[in-house]
Amino acid sequence: MALLVAVLLLAAAVLASLAVGSREIALGTVLDALRGTGANPQDVLVVRELRVPRTLVGIAVGVALGLSGALMQALTRNPLADPGLLGVNAGAAAAMVTAVGVLGLTSRLQLVWAALLGAAVVSVAVYLLGATGRGGATPVRLALAGTAISAALYAYVSGQVLLDTRTFDRFRFWQVGTLAGHDLSVAAQLLPFFAVGTVLGLSQARALNALALGEDSGRALGAHVGRTRVLTAVAVTLLCGAATAAAGPIAFVGLAVPHLVRALTGPDQRWVLPLSCVLSPALLLTGDVLGRVVVRPGELEVSIVTAILGAPVLIALVRRRRLAQL
Amino acid sequence: MDTRLRGEGLTLAYDDRTIARDLGVEIPDGSFTVIIGPNACGKSTLLRALARMLRPRRGSVFLDGEQIHSLPGKEVARRLGLLPQTATAPDGITVADLVARGRFPHQGLLRQWSREDERAVDAAMAWTRVADLADRTVDELSGGQRQRVWIAMALAQDTPILLLDEPTTYLDIAHQIEVLNLCAQLHEEQDRTLVAVLHDLNHAARYATHLIAMKDGAVMAQGDPARVVTAELVEAVFGLPCVVVPDPETGTPLVVPRARTSRLGRDAGHQPGPPPDRAPAPGRV
Amino acid sequence: MSAASLDGTVPRPPVADRARAGRTVRAGRRLSVRVEGRTVTVCGLLLVLLAAVVSVSLTTGDYPLSVPDVLRTLLGRGDGAQEFIVLGLRLPRVVTGLLVGLALGVAGAVFQLVTRNPLGSPDVIGFTSGAVTGALVVLLVLQLGGWAVSLGALAGGGLAAAVVYALSSRGGVQGYRLILVGIGTSAVLQAVNSYLLTRSRVEDAQSAQVWITGSLNGRGWEQAAPLGIGLAVLLPVLLAAGRALTVLDLGDDAARALGVDVGRTRALVLVLATALTALAATAAGPVAFVALAAPQVARRLTRAVGAGLVPAGLTGALMLLVSDLAAQRVFAPTQLPVGVVTGAVGGLYLAWLLVSQWRRGRG
Repeated sequence: MALLVAVLLLAAAVLASLAVGSREIALGTVLDALRGTGANPQDVLVVRELRVPRTLVGIAVGVALGLSGALMQALTRNPLADPGLLGVNAGAAAAMVTAVGVLGLTSRLQLVWAALLGAAVVSVAVYLLGATGRGGATPVRLALAGTAISAALYAYVSGQVLLDTRTFDRFRFWQVGTLAGHDLSVAAQLLPFFAVGTVLGLSQARALNALALGEDSGRALGAHVGRTRVLTAVAVTLLCGAATAAAGPIAFVGLAVPHLVRALTGPDQRWVLPLSCVLSPALLLTGDVLGRVVVRPGELEVSIVTAILGAPVLIALVRRRRLAQL
Repeated sequence: MDTRLRGEGLTLAYDDRTIARDLGVEIPDGSFTVIIGPNACGKSTLLRALARMLRPRRGSVFLDGEQIHSLPGKEVARRLGLLPQTATAPDGITVADLVARGRFPHQGLLRQWSREDERAVDAAMAWTRVADLADRTVDELSGGQRQRVWIAMALAQDTPILLLDEPTTYLDIAHQIEVLNLCAQLHEEQDRTLVAVLHDLNHAARYATHLIAMKDGAVMAQGDPARVVTAELVEAVFGLPCVVVPDPETGTPLVVPRARTSRLGRDAGHQPGPPPDRAPAPGRV
Repeated sequence: MSAASLDGTVPRPPVADRARAGRTVRAGRRLSVRVEGRTVTVCGLLLVLLAAVVSVSLTTGDYPLSVPDVLRTLLGRGDGAQEFIVLGLRLPRVVTGLLVGLALGVAGAVFQLVTRNPLGSPDVIGFTSGAVTGALVVLLVLQLGGWAVSLGALAGGGLAAAVVYALSSRGGVQGYRLILVGIGTSAVLQAVNSYLLTRSRVEDAQSAQVWITGSLNGRGWEQAAPLGIGLAVLLPVLLAAGRALTVLDLGDDAARALGVDVGRTRALVLVLATALTALAATAAGPVAFVALAAPQVARRLTRAVGAGLVPAGLTGALMLLVSDLAAQRVFAPTQLPVGVVTGAVGGLYLAWLLVSQWRRGRG
């Protein structure tokens, strides 16, 4: 039931994302343009070259953020855990300022790959650090290791940024996070990461449910603790890394959507994960559409709108309900 | 009957969920009072109210004739101790250190560790036979040892009245009896007033000097177990058909559930006892 | 009851005291203070290291001075130039750094205890994001500087923290709800911060970024003095409440059974810790990571259970001073803000500490 409502919400958000912008286009015209039979060539151009890629990137990023956030919180059983905790955002940011400030790269696509590489390298490093010694990579260790490494990397980032104005300028816009300015090639290149990450992440729902009862109970129920942790961490890295590479670090969505979903469904990961996958892009696209509307002809970045939109909902839910704790 | 601790007209509720209405209980001084009743009948809630954990919606709990909620927390904690179900041992804490935390209500900023504290902690650990474990960390103990350590902490608090919320849950039968013997010994040799919530009717009947039977947030009966525990009462409170016979060891009432009226005779006598309280959940860790 | 009566053994040396490897310092009948061996040693070592770092900070720089020179100057017998450099420039900066680190370390320890979360820090309640918003409004919108920035930060942070407390308290402050409301509030504020940073001239935004990072550059007595007075008032109260905090560790019900007013204690220490954070932020900006890392490092050094406010504060102070020294000297003549280095130093040290501890199979 909740899933159905969420899917409808997502569909509405997708249509709005195609139709609304600095140039209003009627829904009928949008559908015509998608079929390639639009009367007005300019409308067709806007829809097919700008709105469609932006919407697709929005869906992919939204799914990735929501799912990786839910996975991360299930894995660490810590309500403060956002996907950035594994060092993904810090790695992407460090790679980004290195690419701009040291290597002098400028093209969008180059930066996407740099960010993805940085995210991957750093999250592997965090995992290795967390897995040192006996006991393996427990959630608390991962969280601490990720926090420590992220702090060091952000220090590097802010050093670079403060020393070089050009890097700072680029970085401050990257840091906000936006869905604008993509063509389909970026989405196409990142698609394998999104796809593998999503399938892998969703497949861990039952194992994570078992682990939620504690490590020993999880084992007793037949879950492979080590394997589940590694696979979940891989899924989080793929999803969050690709999302951050595509749209910058959009922090709040991954953190808040799973909390919203848990308030609706309770703690069963078999519901939390898919519902996060659907609700998160709906929130992201709604935020993106509103961002195009509220300060027309300018735009507000999607991350700003989603935070201002989503936070009051989160707080209201937290205040009203008996919380399904992690 | 002298009573330092009693509740009058208690209506107890969490948020908007009312657990019990208009309860009246008296805890006789020097008694070993046991509260029994089916799951979710409000027995733990009553214990929390008696211990000043929960403010009653209506009515009051009186300690030594004063409203317990008008007394300062530390003052109450010097007269009345509670071992809750939900206590957690901080990571890596040693047994001696945990037991020493029980001295908190007796300490102040300028009086952090007196000889009196030391004596109380040593005595509590000796009583509960955990002195040899003093240097071990609580994490590495078995369930029975851990429970003794928690009781030691409550003992170190050195209060004339001690409340225990399900002290035998998650223990095997030998450790359950060990803990109950310890309680009985405390009650007899130190003249402390003990109030415990227990699950096992037969344990309650054997150890209690005063029994309070609850159902659906109301007190069904209270008094001497020998008079209170009857087949009619057990049937009324737990919905369990049974016979009550004298305990061959102590002569106290022994509740024996009736055999299932089975078509297969061999199944008779395999009747389960009262169900466990709730699904497996971590106890005191 | 006595230890000997039950099991018939001969009375032994008091188990309780032996087990905790602690010592009790007594004065007369009424005064007794518990100290634990390892904690005392660690705190002593931290103090020695602090003294060393302070003397390095006071003696080295563009104008090197010998230790005797500095001591003479401190006693009021140096020449004019020395007096200006030591008393006017270096000492206030060192004192500010020391106090900021102390405040952040203690505040972090309190937050991690109350929220029972190793990731807890004053950031959790939205204070930091609010302070940044306040400062950015003053810097970028009102185009003011100096004291106005500190006031803006204080107002923004205080407002944010008040909102978070108000929204999360429903019959007492509860850890989990506090964290979630804090997340929500911080997210909104960070969105506003990003908006302000991207909608202003790049040069203005960059100098605002310096404040956000946290810096001790150019800090004088006018920052150190109010900070010192504030700490002198707040720290004793917090340390007194710290005893109740160790009992809070046993769970809410157990703490109540021991006579602690759980809700009030929690609210009191949170307010005090927030005030400490606020003082630190007005003096140096929101210096990153000290509040989060210092308690973790201190806990692992002392291996103590419980509050550990003092070691956490000393660790924080040391972390900040070492970082500031590095910020001044490593990239000289460029003066980096200290917040850049605290993240690097604190992060790497925490990582190293974690690895070495996990290798030995602990924690």
